[in-house]
Amino acid sequence: MTAQALQAPAARRGVPLIDGIDKVTGRARYTADLDHAGALVGRIFRSPVSHGDIVRLDVSKARALDGVIAVITGEDCPHSYGVLPIAMNEYPLARSRVRYRGEPVAAVAAVDAATAQRALELIEFHVRELPAYYTSEDARAPGAALLHDDKPGNLEREVHHTFGDVEAGFAAADLVREESFTCAEVNHAQIEPHAALAEFDALTGRLTMQSVSQVGYYLHLMLARCLDMDAARIRVVKPFIGGGFGARVEVLNFEIITALLARASAGKVMMTLTREENFLTHRARPHTDTRIKLGLRRDGRITACACEVVQRGGAYAGYGIVTILYAGALLHGLYAIPAVKYDGYRVYTNLPPCGAMRGHGGVNTRHAFERLLDRMARELDLDPFAVRRANLLQAPMRTLNELMVNSCGLPECLEKVERASRWRERIGNLPRGKGLGMACSHYVSGAAKPIHFTGEPHAVVNLKLDFDGGVTALTGAADIGQGSSTMVAIAVAETLGVSLERVRVIAGDSAVTPKDNGAYSSRITFMVGNAAIDAARNLKAVLAAAAARKLDARNEDVECGGEMFRVGSGAQSSLAFAEVVKAVLAEEGTVTVKGTFTCPPEAQGGKHRGGAVGATMGFSYAAQVVEASVDEATGRTTVDKVWVALDCGRAINPLAVSGQIEGSVWMGMGQALSEETRYVDGLPVHASLLEYRVPTCAESPPIEVHIVESRDPLGPFGAKEASEGALAGFAPALANAIANAVGLELDELPLTPDRVMAALMERRRQRRLSAARKVA
Amino acid sequence: MPPDGPTAKKRLLCLNVNGCARKDAVAENALLLNYLREVARLTGVKAGCDGGECGACTVLVDGAAVPSCLTLAIRCEGKRVETIEGLAAHGRLHRLQRAFHERLGTQCGFCTPGMIMAAEALLRRRAHPSDEEIRIALSGNLCRCTGYVKIIESVHAAAEAAP
Repeated sequence: MTAQALQAPAARRGVPLIDGIDKVTGRARYTADLDHAGALVGRIFRSPVSHGDIVRLDVSKARALDGVIAVITGEDCPHSYGVLPIAMNEYPLARSRVRYRGEPVAAVAAVDAATAQRALELIEFHVRELPAYYTSEDARAPGAALLHDDKPGNLEREVHHTFGDVEAGFAAADLVREESFTCAEVNHAQIEPHAALAEFDALTGRLTMQSVSQVGYYLHLMLARCLDMDAARIRVVKPFIGGGFGARVEVLNFEIITALLARASAGKVMMTLTREENFLTHRARPHTDTRIKLGLRRDGRITACACEVVQRGGAYAGYGIVTILYAGALLHGLYAIPAVKYDGYRVYTNLPPCGAMRGHGGVNTRHAFERLLDRMARELDLDPFAVRRANLLQAPMRTLNELMVNSCGLPECLEKVERASRWRERIGNLPRGKGLGMACSHYVSGAAKPIHFTGEPHAVVNLKLDFDGGVTALTGAADIGQGSSTMVAIAVAETLGVSLERVRVIAGDSAVTPKDNGAYSSRITFMVGNAAIDAARNLKAVLAAAAARKLDARNEDVECGGEMFRVGSGAQSSLAFAEVVKAVLAEEGTVTVKGTFTCPPEAQGGKHRGGAVGATMGFSYAAQVVEASVDEATGRTTVDKVWVALDCGRAINPLAVSGQIEGSVWMGMGQALSEETRYVDGLPVHASLLEYRVPTCAESPPIEVHIVESRDPLGPFGAKEASEGALAGFAPALANAIANAVGLELDELPLTPDRVMAALMERRRQRRLSAARKVA
Repeated sequence: MPPDGPTAKKRLLCLNVNGCARKDAVAENALLLNYLREVARLTGVKAGCDGGECGACTVLVDGAAVPSCLTLAIRCEGKRVETIEGLAAHGRLHRLQRAFHERLGTQCGFCTPGMIMAAEALLRRRAHPSDEEIRIALSGNLCRCTGYVKIIESVHAAAEAAP
């Protein structure tokens, strides 16, 4: 790849992942594949009750069993942990109280799995049960027992934000409607189950941790905190990771437990969780009740929005505060709305804790918003595209809640999917049972204010150039399958003007790579990409200076491309990359340079409480059309085709961008069609991939992707995020398509056959009733 | 997963794995998945679920795609077992591996070995499968990253390439 490649987007297909060959050959080592010769097997004893005070926990029999090396309980770790510094209310192993079925209580390390399992069966555990709550409503009821003594009403956080004059907005509307929507809790269901390998060297007091974390840096911090260790004695290494989707952004209890077991047994412990335990570990998108009210003028302009969101958060804080803030903040930034009121409630319940999941916080609110907007458009006899076009925002601008919008390709996204789906010819002309629906969505390109605010740059990339002529990029950014290491390699190669093969990327090893805030909020391309470009520019400056000395030219006259340094166009005035490297190394030895990226304060959101959440340097924008068929005999919905356009600023690797868009649309489809966690008295009854219905290949539609490039002024080469923005639009587009197909307004996700059938039967009943009334 | 610790009763298993004859003492209740991963050290065979849910452990037994997590190792006596590690030969990627790599049929890569083995079983019985045939043949293999779009493209591309 040369510098010209990025300048001709139409001709660019993109490049395969730089670690793709390892994946297709089975060579790639994921955590469970690591060499665990001599490692003990770790297992976790989990609470069988939903809520209660621990009366007795006796592990003596387990400890006495032959082959058991260590047994630990909450006594072994008095330090709480959590992802938000202001809300660390969880212990790796429960202390004095359990708050959900499946909460870790004790753990064993044994010579083999069978022994570890027998040891768990010997643990004696008695609990004085407390009332348990499995719905937000029950947990918030007056007089409900508190899960956490400092949280009255079992509310983790209330948010009340009003921007603009909402009452005046509704008064100015020609149509005001208010509806309620319910979205079931869903899970990431990444295909690689959680695993960790910890090795504690008792002689040196050093811990090496290899785990599935999306943010090795958080894991590092929490290990130091929970094990009371000097962080300098800890090394966190990222093996290949089999998907994340937010599941592994928070430090997870089993990771700390594995490290505690390794220290207690003065050795190496491998912990692999079952699929059922993955569902218990959870941290995904909460069950959400949304009540939303919109005001619309006859011309389609939105005059005001009021939205109330209640999230069933589970037993501990996790990311809860951020999720409930995102749900409100992301009402902004997609359309120009003059007044927005938001009331959010994050509720503690006796269920596995929720957390961050792809499209964090924005997905369920967007569903409600796009559904109601579509219904109101129909009532006003407005086309769904027209009503959205009537509310486009003009970049650059600042939203009411002080979010920066520097580029917006939504108009082009709308045009692309309208044309590709032949919307105008086909809408209203499809046979009964078949429908078209559309929706828009957006997402942040990284949180401009990190959760652990330290004042440091948001991203650092180091480059090393050595005698072999190879350029090694060192980054803490976690490639979890999204292709971030490939993006770093392209950014460096493009900037230096060298071939992609010359660049090697080493990612995620705290002993070697600079600290990175990790793979979350779609931050890597924007932040780490910019840092990689900065590092490559710094390296290029060193090389160009050496080339200038050799060519007897001024630094600024030296150009680099195609692995050649040139002054003007003459053959006599050029040097091959290898010659320049030789010259530089002769002068100063191995070259190491650093590049950084920092989000300026003006990008970090408003001054109101919680104003930093939602703040970003660049929003991606997406529009999609879904074609669906509804079988009125069975209630089954089939997605026939999806057309999606996403404005990612600029596609640094179009192949990876289209892969991310397809994956995010499809994940939205899973939530819309079939995915749902279910609990009976706190017991998960969905905890396998048979019960938790991830769409298979057989029921997944063709997805036609259109990439829109708005060239963000601050993004690396103009790029923004591409992995999350399209997700939130799928569910409302599908529900809108079902409304178009069979005239049903379905307000509850997922749109399973039983829900569709119930709505069809209810409509038939109503029709019979009204016919009977007419006869009477 | 049944315990297959040191106390389990063992039997001598003779089979062919990726073209090589092997003889190993294996527990009678050992799963093929655990035998391949722990004894033969073929960690390209992945465990993604608690049994028969996800297809990540798919291998070929006498040419048929089977979930190795639902297969007892001793049932493979005298059989030919093929895993992802057996596909690339003489420094060349197999056509499915090349297609999945070049067309991004793999993202995180965890489902990929099982997916490729299931696709290989399909291509051996149908040289040029239709979209529908690919969708049905791979419907036991879950992928959480790709939405399957580029997986189907990859299988078509492999079918068009010389074996």
